[in-house]
Amino acid sequence: MARPAARQLELVPAEPPGRKPARLEVARPPRAGAPAPAGAGAGGAAAPAAPERAAAAPAPHAPRRRATAEQMAQRQREISISEFFTKNRHLLGFDNPSKALLTTIKEAVDNSLDACEEAGILPEITVEVRDLAWEKSQGNDLTKGEGRFVVVVEDNGPGIVKAQVPKIFGKLLYGSKFHRLKQSRGQQGIGISAAAMYGQLTTGQPIRVVSRTGKARPAHLFEIQIDTRKNDPVVTRDDEQREWHQEHGTRVELEIVANWQQGQKFVNRYVEHTALANPHATVHYLRPKQERLTFPRATDELPKEALEIKPHPHGVELGALMLMAAESRSHDVKGFLGSAFSRVSPAVADEILKAAAFKGRVRPRDLAEDRHLAESLHRAIQATKIMAPPTNCLSPIGDALMKKGLVSFLQVIESEGPEAEEEGQLDLDSAGKKRKSAKERRAEAAAPEVPDAPPEEGVEKIKGHNYFIATVTRPPRVYRGNPFQVEVGLAYGGSWPADKPIELFRFANRVPLLFQRGACGVTEAVVKTDWRNYLLSQPRGSLPVGPMALLVHVASVWVPFTSESKEAVAHYPEIIREIQLAAQECGRKLATHIRKRQHADYQAQRRSIFELYIEEVAQALGKITGKSPAPIKREFLRVAEQVTEAELEEKEAAEKASGNPRRRDEDE
Amino acid sequence: MARMDVVSKQTAQKIERLAEQVMRAVKGGKNPFVEIPVRSLANVRFDPRKRIVQLGGQRQKRYFFNVAMAKKFMQTFLVSDACKELVESGKTTSIRDLYYITKHTIGETRQNTFEEQDESDPIIEDLEVALDALREELHLFASRKGSMVGPITIRDSGDTIDLRRMGSGGWAVPSIVEENVIEFVRHEARYVLLIEKDAVWTRFNEDKFWKRERCVILQGGGQPPRGVRRLVQRLHAELKLPVYVLVDNDPWGFYIYSVMKQGSINLAYESMRMAVPDARFVGLSSFDKDKFRLPANVAIKMDDGDVSRAKQMLGYPWFKEARWQREIQEMVRSGVKFELEALSRRGISFITEEYLPRKLKEKDWLE
Repeated sequence: MARPAARQLELVPAEPPGRKPARLEVARPPRAGAPAPAGAGAGGAAAPAAPERAAAAPAPHAPRRRATAEQMAQRQREISISEFFTKNRHLLGFDNPSKALLTTIKEAVDNSLDACEEAGILPEITVEVRDLAWEKSQGNDLTKGEGRFVVVVEDNGPGIVKAQVPKIFGKLLYGSKFHRLKQSRGQQGIGISAAAMYGQLTTGQPIRVVSRTGKARPAHLFEIQIDTRKNDPVVTRDDEQREWHQEHGTRVELEIVANWQQGQKFVNRYVEHTALANPHATVHYLRPKQERLTFPRATDELPKEALEIKPHPHGVELGALMLMAAESRSHDVKGFLGSAFSRVSPAVADEILKAAAFKGRVRPRDLAEDRHLAESLHRAIQATKIMAPPTNCLSPIGDALMKKGLVSFLQVIESEGPEAEEEGQLDLDSAGKKRKSAKERRAEAAAPEVPDAPPEEGVEKIKGHNYFIATVTRPPRVYRGNPFQVEVGLAYGGSWPADKPIELFRFANRVPLLFQRGACGVTEAVVKTDWRNYLLSQPRGSLPVGPMALLVHVASVWVPFTSESKEAVAHYPEIIREIQLAAQECGRKLATHIRKRQHADYQAQRRSIFELYIEEVAQALGKITGKSPAPIKREFLRVAEQVTEAELEEKEAAEKASGNPRRRDEDE
Repeated sequence: MARMDVVSKQTAQKIERLAEQVMRAVKGGKNPFVEIPVRSLANVRFDPRKRIVQLGGQRQKRYFFNVAMAKKFMQTFLVSDACKELVESGKTTSIRDLYYITKHTIGETRQNTFEEQDESDPIIEDLEVALDALREELHLFASRKGSMVGPITIRDSGDTIDLRRMGSGGWAVPSIVEENVIEFVRHEARYVLLIEKDAVWTRFNEDKFWKRERCVILQGGGQPPRGVRRLVQRLHAELKLPVYVLVDNDPWGFYIYSVMKQGSINLAYESMRMAVPDARFVGLSSFDKDKFRLPANVAIKMDDGDVSRAKQMLGYPWFKEARWQREIQEMVRSGVKFELEALSRRGISFITEEYLPRKLKEKDWLE
């Protein structure tokens, strides 16, 4: 993986040969009045137009120039990052009003959870969506399609220092998480400010933030707008609030254009799944025209604190290596390696240097300047065996909590899932209820449940349905020098449809991934696993079919997403393999359960068959022998209970084996 | 009917013993079962000395506490119960009637004790072999088909019947033709002719073939039922009359002859009473098409089922004789089959006036 990246970097110092003719063309004498192509990429746009012009003009004449370098220079200026994202909002998940609604909530909730965990506070988060038009015209229907909505996310986190609030919410690419290697939900420092910008762009309203850092201190209310040219916050309101119900925490309010009608299914699912993957958090969910929905926390234990680590040498790319060398304060390369990377002991550093075979004294500064030197060091690093990075920095959900999360998740969705009119695979709960067709109900009636089956390990009775729950947490592993850890949990049975593909819940660093399922490495791993070994049916190249939800969580200091909108995990073989191993482990537990259940079903069915026929046989025998059928029936029932089928089969097999086909019975 | 009472008593006792054995097993905490001789090809063998198909020694146990067998076990005792009642009340009924007698809904389910008559018929046969009691002894009969005429006087349930005066329909052969029901009074027949088809038999009756030839003619409407087979066997055994079988020239016809001669696989336990190993196959032979100059257009093309059936027959022990092998191979080779009616192409009474007399005269038959 390091090689192609290195080649890419080469392009920076060396002039690509293909661009030279274009540049010469631009340098030719000017012609006044030529129309200039619009847009920032002027150099690129001029080139293709030139030959067209040449064909139109008489042959001996060179194409007419349209603009001089000086003229063009006047139009060349810095693009602010916020301007860029104004135009490219889809890159951050604001493609359309329904997705923007989800992304806005998601960015705010991610920040809240990260902050609470970092501060060591059990998170209690309120997510509220308000339909402004509906509130004004009380009693009417909710806004259909696009409309103005207010999104409120409030947490009980540590709060934000007054001086930082404007920058955090009013400046893109500002944050604490970009420069470190640590498992957290946010990574770039772009999300919430992008949401604020989206709101400003669509409604003109500033983001409203209330934050309080402690009981003794006042709460502050800010209204912040973004100067999209300068990428700087403009505070339009800054009030102190004496009274605020939270001792500490942050409340964010954004007015945005959204589509609740279409977007609510994403939000519902996001909230449900966030509660599932964060069993230590309480989540309140308030929606227009609906009852408040609360996912209570399943544990009072905070997840293990995720630790920050230094990068592992095997994961570093050449350009990054040069950059790190430039920033190093060490005097020699050995010191640089030891201080900048994890797992590089003096002995390992010596080994690397020996493999690099530098001539003379080389300082980190030299590495930053000389690409050849850096390259040989990079090669030496890759060739040296280095201990895997520390993995204790990760914070998985853990077996027990995953189970608790699944149970409380099922409890909530079983009782109050979203509206019944919703459709599609996103809504497992309502779909599950609907899909329970008359046919299934008939099947249930035909095969009555065993009334007093002993509770099996791993089976949870939730709202009258039995679910089998199994979880597996794999030991941490490393891809490209980044530690990661995979967890898989499954819930099987209950009221889920048996004839539909399973529900796959993907999580990365506890954040639910709702889109691009097909493009995700998690999906690939689950599809590649042969679930038929675990008694589920599975069409070729698809998810298995059965009444099951499968939860896959990938935790890492750096989760490799396929794109900036963080919707799918990249297909790293190491990650896919770990997911498969975890899925297989869970699958084995599932197969044991299914087998047990099949056996129990079979036993129950058998007993009912016998009980059915005993009546008939007893009547007939009674009539033939002239005796009362009641005692005969009792004898039969006694045998039916006493002698289990298994014992009988064993007995028969033993008798067959001994070549004595039940002579004894005949003699009696 | 004093003798009958003895038999009835025995039959009733057999059923009682079967039930008591089951109840003892249950009392002892054991899985009760009924032991039934296996009535399948695997347990049927050809006795070359007696020249009949006989049941082997294999027995199967039908357990109650076995999901696959429980229902059949239950059915066996429903049928046993009904038969015992019939025997004790001295009444006789059809197997279809028995199906209705024993059919009812189980408990509060939608299940019936029997869904189809196809379910109860094999249970009756099971019970026959399990008890070693004939169907007649269980007071059951199959649906009646088959008719008979000829220079013979019989007594049927006390009524004396002259089978020369039976008009065009003939005497309907009852299902039960044991000595206690049918007695042969006197006869002047020289042989017995069993014809596969009712239509052809009608031709023989109308042409008074039996009068001219002094023979008894019977038909069984395809595969002859037990009554017809048992009657033919009795005519052969008691009156020493040779038996000739006239069937279509196709594998099914051969099979009818084979059942008449050796007994069937399903009823192998009754071969002794049913089979006539000396029965002769007079036609229609695969070689008759040339001998009697039948035009090619009356032939029927054999389908795949016919061919594989014929090939299967080549392997039957009782068709191992060289002349039979030639006969069947010729059918397979030519790929065509003929119905008896094909002979009518040569004239409406060709079969009674020329074909059969010539066959018999030339002793052109297979054994």
